[in-house]
Amino acid sequence: MLLGLKQVWGLLLEVVYALVHGSWKVSDIVAQIYQIGVRSQSVVMVTGAFTGLVLTAQTYFQFHKFGMDTLTLAVNSVAMCSELGPVLAALMVAGRVGAAMAAELGTMRVSEQIDALRTLNTHPVDYLVLPRVAATTIAMPVLVCEAVAVGIFGGYALGVYALGIDPIYSWANMVNMTHVKDLMTGIIKGFFFGGLISFTGCYKGLFCKNGAQGVGEATTDTVVISSIGILMLNFCLTLILSKIL
Amino acid sequence: MIKVSGLHKSFGTQHVLQGVDMEIQTGEAAIIVGRSGGGKSVLLKHITGLIQPDQGQVFINGVDISHLEERELLKIRRDMAVMFQGAALFDSMSVGENVGFYLQREGKMTSGEIEKKVAETLELVDLNGMQHKWPSDLSGGMKKRVGLARAIIHNPSIVFYDEPTAGLDPVVSDSIDHLIRRICDIRQVTTVVITHDMRTVRTVGEKVYMLVNGKIYLTATPDELFASQDPVVYKFVNGISDSEDVLS
Repeated sequence: MLLGLKQVWGLLLEVVYALVHGSWKVSDIVAQIYQIGVRSQSVVMVTGAFTGLVLTAQTYFQFHKFGMDTLTLAVNSVAMCSELGPVLAALMVAGRVGAAMAAELGTMRVSEQIDALRTLNTHPVDYLVLPRVAATTIAMPVLVCEAVAVGIFGGYALGVYALGIDPIYSWANMVNMTHVKDLMTGIIKGFFFGGLISFTGCYKGLFCKNGAQGVGEATTDTVVISSIGILMLNFCLTLILSKIL
Repeated sequence: MIKVSGLHKSFGTQHVLQGVDMEIQTGEAAIIVGRSGGGKSVLLKHITGLIQPDQGQVFINGVDISHLEERELLKIRRDMAVMFQGAALFDSMSVGENVGFYLQREGKMTSGEIEKKVAETLELVDLNGMQHKWPSDLSGGMKKRVGLARAIIHNPSIVFYDEPTAGLDPVVSDSIDHLIRRICDIRQVTTVVITHDMRTVRTVGEKVYMLVNGKIYLTATPDELFASQDPVVYKFVNGISDSEDVLS
């Protein structure tokens, strides 16, 4: 436990040092943004769309009983921006990207590729960790925005065209009740979730035990720790950001 | 010059190195032999700074590297190269990208110059025109040659080989041994080979260090090693196990 904390702290300091003094390359970060951000878009957008659809449907079923139909999209919009969009997008990215990072780095470790890097005048944090952490923290807020946008417009389409909610009042209520701070909350959460997912994946990969079993455990641990971490961090960020913003 | 002084390393209750002392002179082709699991690779990892000792020191050209930080070690390693036992090629890169990795990261050459240097180095290891192949397309011997090309592309002055012929047939092993000797002669590099293959000792070695029970048991020339009547050395050189001893 103590050794694990020491390793986490050491890696965190190395990432910060690498950011300031390391020999990282912009091209490595761009390549990772493509792998992590661009290639996660379909998964995140599908997640955002169906979350928006089901949230709109459930909200409408309850609000309709009280004649509050035109507030349905406002609830969907606020929830998607500040909570569901960032959390569900992050959970999907943790499963897709975090697991892949742990597996890739873990395999490199057990096949001595990381030792080979070290003998080729390359610090593993500069070449492997920093580009992944930077790319995920940059890409995640964008992915959150995509999930939120698809979720809101999916909900709007369902509400207006399938459930028959009045479009004018719905749109007006949605715009009135959704504030910039709701979207900012989601974007800031995306930034922190991106850092959490990538750091966990890289840490678990770099320090995984030998053999295929070690790589498997690192992958599983990454998804579990990232997922629980996202939910806990989301709660903390909700409280903190509600005070700050 | 490489100097190892009083090196100790344990993993849990297993004491792998128990006071290794040795000196390898500049330009020498040194062979470290010993039984499988005897700590040869662990010793190599200490000399290359990949792991830190529990006790003792490793000096590379007069600098004690045993407790240096990783970023300080990178500067020392610029003058070193390692060919790993399993080649350790980057499997997400082509052969050309693997071989040119050091130069590409260094950023001092244009891509055209790197390509030319990669082609020259691949020619040196008899792999002309293999730049576009992938590591998964190569045989064990070819992977080791690519690993060697990647290691020596920046003209290091010390080259380490970890079991260069392990898992290869005798013919390929012989070609790898001759290649190591050729690079040693052409580039005048200090060569350190970890092996238990006696053919490698004959073909490459100028000085042999025998590791027994975590210590250097013998320092000799290859001829002295093969002529030794010391029971431990004789059994190792001739491949006689303790069970044969019991039977006789």
